[in-house]
Amino acid sequence: MSIRREDVRYVADLARLELSAAEEEALVAELGAILGYVEKLAELDTEGVPATAHVHDVGTPLRDDVIGNAPNVEALLDNAPERWEGFFRVPKIIE
Amino acid sequence: MTFEPVIGLEVHAQLLTRSKLFCACSAAFGAAPNAHTCPVCMAFPGVLPVVNRQAVEFAIRAGLAAGCRIAPVSQWARKNYFYPDLPKAYQISMYEAPICVGGRVSFTVGGEHRAVRLTRIHLEEDAGKSIHDAHADSSLVDLNRAGVPLLEIVSEPELGSPAEAAAYLKSLRSIVQYLEICDGNMEEGSFRCDANISVRPAGGDRLGTRAEVKNMNSFRAVERALEHEIARQIAVVSGGGQVVQETRLWDAEREVTRPMRSKEFAHDYRYFPEPDLPPLVVDEAWVERVRAGLPELPSARRVRFVRDLGLPDYDAEVLTARRDVADYFEAAAGGQPNAKAIGNWVMESVLRIVRERRLDDPPRIRDWPVAPEALADLVALIDRGTISGKIAKTVFDEMVASGRPPREIVESRGLVQLTDAAAIAAAVDRVIAAHGDKVAEYRSGKEKLFGFFVGQVMKATEGKANPKQVNDLLRERLRG
Repeated sequence: MSIRREDVRYVADLARLELSAAEEEALVAELGAILGYVEKLAELDTEGVPATAHVHDVGTPLRDDVIGNAPNVEALLDNAPERWEGFFRVPKIIE
Repeated sequence: MTFEPVIGLEVHAQLLTRSKLFCACSAAFGAAPNAHTCPVCMAFPGVLPVVNRQAVEFAIRAGLAAGCRIAPVSQWARKNYFYPDLPKAYQISMYEAPICVGGRVSFTVGGEHRAVRLTRIHLEEDAGKSIHDAHADSSLVDLNRAGVPLLEIVSEPELGSPAEAAAYLKSLRSIVQYLEICDGNMEEGSFRCDANISVRPAGGDRLGTRAEVKNMNSFRAVERALEHEIARQIAVVSGGGQVVQETRLWDAEREVTRPMRSKEFAHDYRYFPEPDLPPLVVDEAWVERVRAGLPELPSARRVRFVRDLGLPDYDAEVLTARRDVADYFEAAAGGQPNAKAIGNWVMESVLRIVRERRLDDPPRIRDWPVAPEALADLVALIDRGTISGKIAKTVFDEMVASGRPPREIVESRGLVQLTDAAAIAAAVDRVIAAHGDKVAEYRSGKEKLFGFFVGQVMKATEGKANPKQVNDLLRERLRG
């Protein structure tokens, strides 16, 4: 399966990446190679094998509905580039 | 050409768990900004989600109530998009393998019983909250809500009118409230609804292109928004145009839907199975335990009220919409001969006081203005002819004000109904004698004056005369 330049641009757009022409070119080749590698799996006969989303055959561990986190706003907000009072402050989302 | 709308609803019900879906932060509403956050719901590197058992149980509860198939194995999925209030840049949801499949929800519209099929019910986490209007050049983000568990309930596109959509929504809200899994508050956003709408030539079997409408935060808004959107789409199609598949926001103030800026959301979420969470396994024994604990649901209760208590369908519908109201009514009406009258008192007087005094603390009524037994006693006093219906209203107000039992109020204030024929006749005669001019007018055809005479007699007897006796006697004497 080959990947087209439009596909690379589309995925880059979804990922909010700005690519130069040279990077696009390189990614066409690299993503194509990755897809080709995964495509190898299509050679397997999976007739009768249920779709598998996870390799471990165990269910999700569940936790009881108990509040266990002490508030620690200061430490958590400390990494934010910008804040205002207890909020994160980010570039305006809606103009 | 006539058109018909096709509507499907997606409802997001915030679950009443104590903690969030994937971490032990409080899920409570109304805390200081970012007070209910931790490295998990803020998506710090290296953290892992752990599923809240109670949220899963609530989903099973909803699924069983709607007759869904509960999947023995379901799968979490990542829904990817960028938004500042979504710290991971993906939402953990369910996609290909939801926890509840199929099912149906019944509702009543225009006195008719209908049902809509469900596609699925699944669990997912809520996003945080953005505040856009505090600063001109920046937005603020509060992640308290990020990770709070939501149930997404998706109906099949088979609702045929805005009224049906609203009726389904009311029924669904009533169910989640009965199940005590969601408070159902649309204004505060704990019960939210998005609609998919298309129009097609009446009787057609192919669906038209649909638009999605968001931002409707009351039942009325849902109806109005759908009506508007249907009219808009019919106008587009009739004018030879084509409906564009897009997301539109309802503007309640201007009463229009307008397209949401398409840049805000890329409609390619690149779902894939969540690698951080193994499949969710729900065994048969768990499902059966939940089933055994299900309460009687509103539809079953309505049927029972009609069958066992002789209520009209409409009354039963109103009285069962909320579990606390139904419980109150049942406590008052149980074992009483006159359930219908008690129902009327609950609907007209009790709920009026609840509204006026704001005794309502959604999702339940905090304080009832009178005890259900006291209300039953009051209705019994009317039924036995001890007091008139009119006097009963005075007694009721006094019960609300003082908390005293109705019999005590009636006795201490001498409100026992006057049924002594001679005493009523004396009052009637006095009134007729005192208003000779009006009597003449009445007899010359001004029959509207009858009410005046009734009022005068009631006034003369301090409202205590038996109204039927007064009417009969007045009619007889006025005939002349």
